[in-house]
Amino acid sequence: MDKVLSARFGKIKPDSIEEYIQAGGYEGLKKTMSMEHLDAIEEIKKANLFGRGGAAYPTGIKWEQAYAIQRGPKYMVCNADEGEPGTFKDKHILSEDPFELIEGMTIGAYIMGAKEGYIYIRGEYAAIQKIVKSAIENAKKAGYLGKNILGREGFDFELKVVSGAGAYVCGENTALVESIEGKTGRPRQKPPYIKNCGLYQMPTILNNVETYSCIPWIIKDGGEKFSSMGTEFSGGTKLMCLSGNVNNRGVYEIPFGTTLRELIFNLGGGMKDGRKLKFVHLGGSSGSCFPESMIDTKICYYDLKKAGFSLGSGAVLVVDDTHCAVDYLKTVMEFFEEESCGKCTPCREGNHRLVEILDKMTEGTATMADFNKMKSLAQTMKTTSFCGLGQSAPMPLITLVKYFEEEFLEHINGKCRAGVCSMSGKAGK
Amino acid sequence: MDMINLKIDGFDVSVPKNTTILEAAKQLNIDIPTLCFMKGVNEPGSCRVCVVEVAGWRGLHPACVTKVSEGIVVKTATSTVREARKNILELIMANHNRECLSCPRNLKCELQTLCNDNGIDAIPYEGKVDKGCLDTSGPIVRDPNKCVLCGRCVSVCSKIQDVSAIDFAFRGAHMTVTTAYEEGLANQECINCGQCIKICPVGALQERDDTEKVWKALENPELHVVVQTAPAVRVALGEEFGFAPGTNVEGEMVTALRRLGFNKVFDTNFSADLTIIEEGNELIDRIKNGGKLPLITSCSPGWIKYCEHNYHDFIENLSSCKSPQQMFGAIAKSYYPIKTDVDPKSVFVVSVMPCTAKKYEADREEMNVDGLKDIDAVITTRELAKMIRQAGIKFAELENSKQDSILGTYSGAGTIFGNTGGVMEAALRTVADKLTGKSLDCIEYTAVRGLDGIKEATVNIADMEIKVAVANGTGNASKLLDKIRAGEANYHFIEVMGCEGGCINGGGQPIIKDKSTTDAVKTARIKGLYDIDVSCEKRKSHENPEIQKLYSEYLGEAGGHKAHKLLHTHYTAR
Repeated sequence: MDKVLSARFGKIKPDSIEEYIQAGGYEGLKKTMSMEHLDAIEEIKKANLFGRGGAAYPTGIKWEQAYAIQRGPKYMVCNADEGEPGTFKDKHILSEDPFELIEGMTIGAYIMGAKEGYIYIRGEYAAIQKIVKSAIENAKKAGYLGKNILGREGFDFELKVVSGAGAYVCGENTALVESIEGKTGRPRQKPPYIKNCGLYQMPTILNNVETYSCIPWIIKDGGEKFSSMGTEFSGGTKLMCLSGNVNNRGVYEIPFGTTLRELIFNLGGGMKDGRKLKFVHLGGSSGSCFPESMIDTKICYYDLKKAGFSLGSGAVLVVDDTHCAVDYLKTVMEFFEEESCGKCTPCREGNHRLVEILDKMTEGTATMADFNKMKSLAQTMKTTSFCGLGQSAPMPLITLVKYFEEEFLEHINGKCRAGVCSMSGKAGK
Repeated sequence: MDMINLKIDGFDVSVPKNTTILEAAKQLNIDIPTLCFMKGVNEPGSCRVCVVEVAGWRGLHPACVTKVSEGIVVKTATSTVREARKNILELIMANHNRECLSCPRNLKCELQTLCNDNGIDAIPYEGKVDKGCLDTSGPIVRDPNKCVLCGRCVSVCSKIQDVSAIDFAFRGAHMTVTTAYEEGLANQECINCGQCIKICPVGALQERDDTEKVWKALENPELHVVVQTAPAVRVALGEEFGFAPGTNVEGEMVTALRRLGFNKVFDTNFSADLTIIEEGNELIDRIKNGGKLPLITSCSPGWIKYCEHNYHDFIENLSSCKSPQQMFGAIAKSYYPIKTDVDPKSVFVVSVMPCTAKKYEADREEMNVDGLKDIDAVITTRELAKMIRQAGIKFAELENSKQDSILGTYSGAGTIFGNTGGVMEAALRTVADKLTGKSLDCIEYTAVRGLDGIKEATVNIADMEIKVAVANGTGNASKLLDKIRAGEANYHFIEVMGCEGGCINGGGQPIIKDKSTTDAVKTARIKGLYDIDVSCEKRKSHENPEIQKLYSEYLGEAGGHKAHKLLHTHYTAR
């Protein structure tokens, strides 16, 4: 299979522009510079590329809309916050082939006429930030960034790395933009959308690392070729992050259409210690949890949506039967309790109260009233939260309750089948 | 105009483009509940109490910030909406310090009303996140455990007042509204204006309660307790007892104060007249003798602190006159004891003020004469209402009575001090007479009246063009001073009041429970004071007979040595 994103991983010195060019780099940018802007965007539309950050918005459409906006200056921004637990794909692009991202953003800058761009990299990737900064410097020295790029008069593009400071919510696009502006990372009311009114209230093209990194290949080899690698509904390949109770954890580039079972049992080498697969947590902490009976679903935006799930960032966390669904959920919800920015009521207070009820469950002191409140609260959070964080935080709860309801009921009756929960409050009940 | 047609709860409505669902629903007399929303001031769309259903749209949507679009079908009270609203209110209540019965905001609390209206009968959660200690460092008391994080105080402090003493800090369930480094407000750039108190939907912000201090003084037989009431109190106090906003309850108020046991009931209107004599004199002096111009008024202690923090280069422009509150205290402990044979040390001066910053002003260390503090206790309009209720006085039934002499007579000019533009107008009435040497009939300077942010006028007096400006609230003062700094504007005389509308909208005034009526209430209170002005026999400060007597018998010349010692002060760059 052709690799779009990981072809150069481990084969070149990541910040060496010479090695990147030798390995076919910057062909996409050069080709773009010989094309009409709208033709380049058309190529991306043909590619059937969907945003890889989690929201899966069609990139070609996004760029077409941003291109049509007359106001300026326009900014290129890359979301490299990669805060979703179980997600570590952007890390590989940034540390093993940062030029494919830089080239992707430069192509965007050429099309949009943007003069400035920002790569917002999570603070925990401090070492990787250095690699990216070095790559930017080298691109600048070689004339691929800065003034009059590749000798083209007026094609100027400056790229800067901005470090996140540890807040998960800054992976939400509007909070990310606030953070770049130096403000506290909290989401903005939408509309206006980022493309109209983003960084410094200016039109902003904001994509995930993986999305930008697909662009050079798409321009170079054509949108149709890219699209044909995937399914009818999802073009290209996807970096999947496999973790949990499997033998071979890691990042795998797969064509869309591969099933989860193939990923887990073929590429991933199956379950560790021969345990039974209990459920898969797909798309990161804010994704859905579902049992083994559903893992023959194809990795494809359409098929997953039909099954009621979202691919999210591409995280696949495999959980075996030594784990308790309730205890697992509690750990996940503690993450959201910690990471809620606090702006809106349902997310700020809701995650906190879900943890409170789950605490009672694991201690064996929860009642049916608690269980019902938990379910009702989760729905309210999903439908009323301000941003994607609060809206999706209850997803693991909603899906675990859907597929493992009897385990929750057992906890109310003081039993944990996996023997994980302490049930320490049971005696006093 | 582009009109948008939509359906709300089955009824058709047509509204202009960019109208919110909340506003559109109001046209159909559908009142969608809100908590954080405060039009034009705070529109974060964050509490989510106002969520509604829109057919075909995923999730629920906040009516306060969601604009209408053509053909949408909105439902505001379906079972899904009601369940969501109930869940959200339960979440807010769960971490709210529910001491409703002992809360000063009881029965005027917006959260209480929301919970009553939306069927919150029990709170299904147990734990509480401690949000920190009660801040009692200054006149503004903050209880973070009652705060519902609506952000209205943060917005009014930054956007309207341009102070930014408070903001959100921390995240998730630990989020709070706090100051820089979580220090007490008294150690911050807080100007004590109390606008945060007025906009708070719950009882998380209130003034320091000084009523016990007053009760104790009233019960102390050794003390001679006198009281002054600021102009703006009389047109708002009635609201606490069922009168319409703006109703002049001066007569009832004076009777109530006597019943509470004050030895003498005087009036800040009197010392407002005194301020005009001194400040008018200062203005004429600065104009004629090349003094620092523009002269800027100094009656508003919120504004003074704001200037001391943010506009050091304008401190010399501030009038050296004490505010009417402080002038009253100085006279009450000097001239008054001489005239009445009372020991000055036994005189205890209480102020009833529409203002929370007056509590701070009274405690400024320079506000004393020969070791006697000008003012001993300051209570707000709300605190006075509380004392009247505690004493079981049926306020609405009281007969009217008049203030005592010799510090109780006032002119219309002293009365309008409570309105934005009022100090300017009062000063112009006196300055015009002084400069022309005549008693002019034209005394209403309407250009400086009204609720505009910045008002400008050029007044021609005795062949002199006097350029004046009025800044309505510290936020507007900031804009005005920036213009002067940039050389884009210049004036002889500027009035600044710390709060929008003037003292009638001070931080100590009665809480307006229905915040949508705020502008109407302000306007009614303003009218109340102008009505009193018109009804006054004397409408110029220098024609106040008690003021004339004070100068002839005691002070001597305006701006003279004695006046300087008692009635003037200085400022500090902070």
